Order: sequence, then C-alpha cells, then structure tokens
Amino acid sequence: MPLLRDLKGTVQPFWVTLRNMFRKPVTIQYPEEKRQPPPRYRARIILTRDPDGGERCVACYLCSAACPVDCISMQSAEQPNGRRYATWFRINFARCIYCGLCAEACPTWAIQMSPDYEFSKYASIDMVYEKEDLLVDHGGKDSEYNYYRHAGIGVVNPRGGNEDEYGPVDIKTNMP
Amino acid sequence: MIDWVMVLLTLIKLILILGVVLTMAAYLVLAERKILARMQLRYGPNRVGPFGLLQPLADVIKLLTKEDFVPTGADKWLFMLAPGLAAVTAILSFAVVPFAPALTIFGREVPMVVCDLNVGVLYFLGLSSLAVYGVALGGWASNSKYSLLGGIRGLAQLISYELSMGLSIVPVVLHARSFSLTEIVHAQETVPFLITNPIAFFIFMVSVAAESRRVPFDLPEAENEIVAGFHTEYSGMRFGLFFVGEYINMIILGSVTTVFFLGGWHGPLLPPIVWFMLKVLAVAFFFIWMRGTLPRLRYDQLMHFGWKFLIPLALVNVLVTGAVLLALR
Repeated sequence: MPLLRDLKGTVQPFWVTLRNMFRKPVTIQYPEEKRQPPPRYRARIILTRDPDGGERCVACYLCSAACPVDCISMQSAEQPNGRRYATWFRINFARCIYCGLCAEACPTWAIQMSPDYEFSKYASIDMVYEKEDLLVDHGGKDSEYNYYRHAGIGVVNPRGGNEDEYGPVDIKTNMP
Repeated sequence: MIDWVMVLLTLIKLILILGVVLTMAAYLVLAERKILARMQLRYGPNRVGPFGLLQPLADVIKLLTKEDFVPTGADKWLFMLAPGLAAVTAILSFAVVPFAPALTIFGREVPMVVCDLNVGVLYFLGLSSLAVYGVALGGWASNSKYSLLGGIRGLAQLISYELSMGLSIVPVVLHARSFSLTEIVHAQETVPFLITNPIAFFIFMVSVAAESRRVPFDLPEAENEIVAGFHTEYSGMRFGLFFVGEYINMIILGSVTTVFFLGGWHGPLLPPIVWFMLKVLAVAFFFIWMRGTLPRLRYDQLMHFGWKFLIPLALVNVLVTGAVLLALR
C-alpha cells in the first residue's frame, strides 16, 4: 500500500524530531569546553630535544624536501665537535597543511606533530615560526631516543664507541 | 461628529498590535533557530546575551549596517518596493484578527480588534493574494535568473494554494453564517471547528504552510536549487524586510488558524488573551516542527498535490458540509 507507506513516512519523522528535541545536544561549546585530541593528532609542529638537552635536528633538509607546500626552510651548519645543526629554522604555518610528511621524513625524531590545535593569529606574519618558537624542552613522543647515541658517528663518541656499534675492522685481517 | 476617545483607543490598539507583532516576529526567529537546533542536537544561538536572547537585536543591527545594494540592470523602483510589499501585506492582515472578547472601558464597549469588518475573511484572503506581489516583483525586478525562477515558482505555488485555502474556509463560513472573524470565533464558543470539520482544518494547514513559503513548500527560495530564490539579490534591511515579512506572516497565519479552527480566545481557566497567544504559538511551533522534519517537495509533486488532491478534496468537503448543515437545519 503506497498510500499507507507515504502516510507513515510523513507522520513518523515528526515523532523522531520531537524525541530529539529533548535529548542533550552533542555540541562541545568550544571556548568553555575543550576536546582532548588524540595523542597522534596532527596540529602545531615542534622541534624536540635529546634526553640530554641537545637539539635533535641535524639540518638534513629532508623535512623541507618532503613538504608538499614548501613551508619549511633552514640553513645547516656544523659545530666545532662535528655535530650538525640548523643556524635558523623557519616554518610558515600560514602555508602548512598539517599533513605530517615532515615528521615522517625526519630521521632523528626532531620534527614532530603536536596536538596543540588552538592556533590562530590576527596577522599571517605571526604564523611564521622561527627556531626558538618551535623548540621545546622535551623529547616529544619518544623522550628516550637519542640520535647521536646510535648514529652520531665520530661526533659524540669516538668511532665504535656507541652502544650498539662494533669497532672498526682491520681489513688486512681478512687477507688469506 | 468624530468620537475622539474611540480614535485614541484605536490608535493605542494599533500601536500595541504593531509592537507585539514585531517583537513576536523577532523572537520567533530566535525561537525557530533554537528549536531547529535542538531537533538537530545542537544548542542554537546562545552567545548574545543570556540564552542568546539579544540575538534578534544583534541581527537587526547587522542588517541595518549592511550595504544596501541594487544590482545592475535591476528595475530599481520595483526592486526597492518589493520587500516593503511583502512586509506590509503581512502586517495589514492583522487588522481584522480579534484577539480577545470586547472590553468595557470608560463605559464603552471596545472590541479587541482593530477593525471588525463584516467581510473579514475576504479581506484576509485578498491581502494574502497581494502578498504574492512581494515575491513576484522581487524575483522579477532583481534581473537574476535565480530570482526570476524563484519568483515564478512563488507565483504559481501561491496562486494554486490560494484556491484550496479559500475553499477550506468556506465550510467555516457556512458553520458560522458570517464572514466576520469575530462572529466566527463566537460560533466556536462550545466546540472549535477543528473538531466539527477536521478535513477543512487539514486542508487549511497544508495550504497555509504553502502560503507562508516555508519548508516543505519553500520552493520559491529553495537554497540548494536556486541559491535563495526571489531574495537572492537582496541585502541588508531589504532582505530583512522579506525575512520579517515571512515571520509576521507566520504569526498572522497562526492567528487566523486559531480564529477559524481552534476556537479563537475561547478556553477554560486562563484569560482569553493568554489562550489566544498560546494557540498562535502552538501553530507557530507546529510550523517550526514541520520545518525541522519534512524535506522539500519537488515542484511537480507540489503542483500535483495542490491541484489533483487538495482542491478536489476541498470542493467535496464544501459540498458535504453544506449538505449536512442543510439536513440539520
């Protein structure tokens, strides 16, 4: 009976909307109530530090190369002890699309996405963050990881002096 | 000889009605936004003032300070006239609506209606026909395709549903034996016409919904098809006038529904004016509820429903009611 079906289809929704009127709204009233975003939420980008306080960033330009919108720029340099660092490091957040490709490209866990989503400014120039604005004093998602302990060859420790590293092999011993 | 006291009282009534109707229209907008929001599990406006109660004021300030823009190629005078027509025809209808029984002030009997016309029903129907001009002229004068389409739709829709609305009031007039709205209310002292003639009530409610150009009959403005229909090109307070006109129209149609079918001010315990207001607000709530519930009809469905279902039904209803009344006499 299409007529009965049509009548039911016209009258039943009235009950649905009336019932919904007395349910609690699902709205989160933003400035007063705030959501706790999941830990892997991709918002403001940070530069993290080693457990011993050194900068993790080795200015390898991989993040800058991976960035699809070219919002990351830097200048690399080397400390007297051979440790690489960025003399300046700049992210234009007005351009950033928060894709997280930079964090994926980073070999040292230096650049990471943080869940800090409250991130708006009146002037777009204020969205350009320099190195000192980006640096945080913790290790982000993996606070124990120390790049130079594993791969900082000849910089922090002498060759073969790192934890999971063998010393150099004298190739002459392989001679028959 | 002019009865100056009567003139003064009429003026007071006019000012009161205008004030109450405009305030109600403003707060009906807020009520609609709140109720619709609740039906969709949202809060609705709640930032301006406590519970968003100052929202209408903020909206008015916003609309007044916006640029008044007339598009190139528009028929300037008609473009500027149309929103006024939409609002004025809506306000004028209130002249014949009785909202309480006659009061005795200074030893005179003062009817609680601006003008107790003996052809009040015809006056109301005439004005609601004139309201088409607001839509049609606004749509035509804008010199925009969307507006024109909206205007044409509005014209065709309003003319079609005018017929079934007029025909659904005929049984009421037959019952009450009068065209005066006050007499119609008096005739419902014991039983409202909603109970004696529910089919006429149904036809009237559907036609009124179509007449007020609201969902599910909002084809003249259908946002997702023709932008905003007849008021696409309007901005600022001219748009505001269309908007206010729509909500005043809602109050008017609520009032006439109350007068024709819900027994006007009659009701137990509470004072008459309170009953009248409650009934008007109930009808307004029903319109909002309907907006939150039903999807928009397709244009051919709308025409089909009007011409092939409502008008024949209304005609049959007129015949049957007439026959029954004749037999009971």
